[in-house]
Amino acid sequence: MDKQKITFTLNHVRREEYIDPRASLSEVLRDQMELTSVKHGCNVGECGACTVLVDGEPFNSCIYLAIWVDGKDVLTLEGLTDIDGKISDIQQAFIDEGAVQCGFCTPGFIMSSLPIIESEKTFSREEIRKQISGNFCRCTGYETIVNAIEKTAKARKSGK
Amino acid sequence: MVVGKPVERVDAFEKVTGRAKYTADLFPRNALIAKVMHSTIANGKVLSFDLDEAGKIPGVVKILTCFDVPDIQYPTAGHPWSTEKKHQDISDRKLLNQRVRFYGDDIAVVIAETEIAAKQALALIQVKYEEYPPVFTVADAMKPGATVIHEEKPGNVIVHSQYEVGKFDNAITEPGLIKVEGDYHTQPVQHCHIENASSFAYMEGDKIVVVSSTQIPHIVRRICTQALGCSFGQVKIVKPYIGGGFGNKQDALTEPLNAWLTTKVGGRCVGLFYTREETFVCTRIRHAMDFHIVSYVRKDGTFAARSVEAYSNQGAYASHAHALVANAVNAFRMMYPSGAIKGDAYTVYTNLQTAGAMRAYGIPQIGFALEAHIDDVAKAVGIDRIAIREKNMMQMGYVDPITTITCHSTGLQECMNKGRNFIHWDEKQKEYAKENGPVRHGIGMAIFCYKTGVYPISLETSACRMVLNQDGTVPLQRGATEIGQGADTVFSQMCADTVGIPLESVHIMSTQDTDITPYDTGAYASRQTYVCGMAVKKTGLALKKKICEFAAYMLKKDESDLDLQDNWIVHTVSNEKLISLAEVAMEACYSLSNSHHIAAEETHHCSDNTYSFGVCFADIEVDIPLCKIKVNNIINVHDSGTIINPMLAAGQVHGGMSMGLGYGLLERMVYDPKTGRTLDDNMLDYKLMTALDTPELNVEFVEPKDPTGPFGNKALGEPPVIPVAPAIRNALLDATGVAVDAIPLNPEHLFFEFKKAGLIK
Repeated sequence: MDKQKITFTLNHVRREEYIDPRASLSEVLRDQMELTSVKHGCNVGECGACTVLVDGEPFNSCIYLAIWVDGKDVLTLEGLTDIDGKISDIQQAFIDEGAVQCGFCTPGFIMSSLPIIESEKTFSREEIRKQISGNFCRCTGYETIVNAIEKTAKARKSGK
Repeated sequence: MVVGKPVERVDAFEKVTGRAKYTADLFPRNALIAKVMHSTIANGKVLSFDLDEAGKIPGVVKILTCFDVPDIQYPTAGHPWSTEKKHQDISDRKLLNQRVRFYGDDIAVVIAETEIAAKQALALIQVKYEEYPPVFTVADAMKPGATVIHEEKPGNVIVHSQYEVGKFDNAITEPGLIKVEGDYHTQPVQHCHIENASSFAYMEGDKIVVVSSTQIPHIVRRICTQALGCSFGQVKIVKPYIGGGFGNKQDALTEPLNAWLTTKVGGRCVGLFYTREETFVCTRIRHAMDFHIVSYVRKDGTFAARSVEAYSNQGAYASHAHALVANAVNAFRMMYPSGAIKGDAYTVYTNLQTAGAMRAYGIPQIGFALEAHIDDVAKAVGIDRIAIREKNMMQMGYVDPITTITCHSTGLQECMNKGRNFIHWDEKQKEYAKENGPVRHGIGMAIFCYKTGVYPISLETSACRMVLNQDGTVPLQRGATEIGQGADTVFSQMCADTVGIPLESVHIMSTQDTDITPYDTGAYASRQTYVCGMAVKKTGLALKKKICEFAAYMLKKDESDLDLQDNWIVHTVSNEKLISLAEVAMEACYSLSNSHHIAAEETHHCSDNTYSFGVCFADIEVDIPLCKIKVNNIINVHDSGTIINPMLAAGQVHGGMSMGLGYGLLERMVYDPKTGRTLDDNMLDYKLMTALDTPELNVEFVEPKDPTGPFGNKALGEPPVIPVAPAIRNALLDATGVAVDAIPLNPEHLFFEFKKAGLIK
């Protein structure tokens, strides 16, 4: 099938890419852009391991056609580390709180947590749990993941 | 010193940045893809294939079927190999099987240039079967005349084992005993690691390289050689980061077939990545077990005699087979060793998907049955639920009469005391007893014991290697595997303290390569910090000795007066810092007169074992009309000896509790009763715990130092899953008076139980 051109912003950089119009966003990100933080755990939008932000909203990239990101802004976990290798507060909180075990779900969780920590609203622990309930983790029981998100959201609100 | 400190994971940075590479992330672009054709009948035989249409799909490279594979049957269990024939795992499958034994058996494979081509071809393969009546339950499989699933086991019973401690028949004649009996049932569940079963394979010269998401690289190498009929040196396994295993990847899954496939395409790289659906159906599950337990109890609550009869549904292939139910009936004996005890266990083939190892290896099953039964006994005899456990549970110094495993340390009583206080047991018990409305509360608890490793049933061995770099840093290699539990971090902590260097100086090599990494059997049985931990300690001491020897030569001092502490060679008499480790390391490498590449490698042949203990207390709310349980408060308290890393240890307990909650409340595999097809082979229908389903998880430890552990430590990884389901079941009994004897306690199940009990109409 003929490839089609899309123009989009990927991790803060404007890009033009030729893609298979049948390809999912996760396939293009993993196989074409080598952004392997985007994980495949189910390929049907159940597990959340492939979560990326499209125009600031979390999506399961495995059930989002790549062609749909034309003209949009896509952020993957790789985009949270700056050019000097400095990581963001939420990544640091996942380390500090012990929210990482096998690490396979971690990229998806961090991406799903971004709208929570960037929101004006203060989320209760229960609300955080609801927001991340589209992401599965089998290692942590979610306890430390909720801790990391709650801590980062609080720190941002208090300007730390 | 860093042992005992909550240091951050050595791999955390890699994992939060997305730099950590898992198997699929390393798969070369444009390599070949293999897709397996799975049978659509549960019991029968493949008569023929029609491959004509499938072969016409552009991009198809090769189609191989069960008629093409080597005529070799091989075992898949991740056990250390036994050189004694009678202890060897059962060889009962081929790479692809003509004799189909469950709905989903591997019968053919397409290798193609793209995944789409492979899938299109799969859909066009025509297959003719001869069908036999399938058997899905243990009872049906054991009936005379049931279809024989494997000709080597004509009655479908793989193993029937029995034991008796004391004289059971005499013990039950004691006057005044109260007999309590019950049947308890546990369901099959799946591991649900988020990374599916994955591998790819290629050839380097005559050597087959398999890159795989496995807990057991060295064992998988052995199994590949058995399946292909080649020798150890012809296969190497590479294990990168792995996205969870929980025992499923303590089995050879895709690797043997994948190893063979690359040999059929001239050594080109072939990927074999299971989908979520295939991972659910075609890998392994937790065994469904049924128990019949009988107790003879004195009026004071002590046991005169107990017996257990256990039936384990193995499914289509032996995998770990009888080892799990044997472990279960052994724990039945060990937990409450008083009185005469007998056990009787069967492992039986059926035409369901294959069961294998899963976190805590048979003990969540017996843990549910036994701890539910103990509450039933307490109720029947009219004794306090905690008191009956205290009267009968394993005590310090216990030597198991059959395995000889000895209780070298126990903090169980302290665990129970802590949990009791945390949950406000005494107050809540009184408070909840007054309730009789539609929404009621209850508290429950359950205890467990768990062995550390597999000695003396199987071999326990582990090797470690350390090398001194020119700057005094130390690359650390061991065959024990990081699977998410934090093994790499705790081994680094152990290495740092033993050698006398800071944690940052330890460079653990996470990727395993069976041609390079020292031998270890892998991640299972909560064995690694105990067995490999000792290997790390021995190797660290050996490296330190070599460093001190070279420093003594450099400084012209007596070696016995030198020690390595925090990167410095220190004079032990004067406490003076003599020379930095970096200087010694440079000189050792580049000395023109006496260069010496300092390295150490040691094996720990482990010949001991020890018990971990713990308890779960749960405080629940039961909405009787909705048939729904809500966990309002829950705590696990563990005695795993010395905790090497409190942050990671708490993480292990959180994860185990969550898995235990799922086991008790939500999870189960569902099969079509006619065809045996798995109906909930995906994460939407299979009810895995989400963050919203999970209550706040509380964890405490008590830390008696175990004298046999390298740092006073003992098993931790698996145990947290064990006591949760029975604690909730016992809380449900407390809340409603309904003794439910099967899990999961989901609304659908509770509806029937409550109806039967007359709580709802």
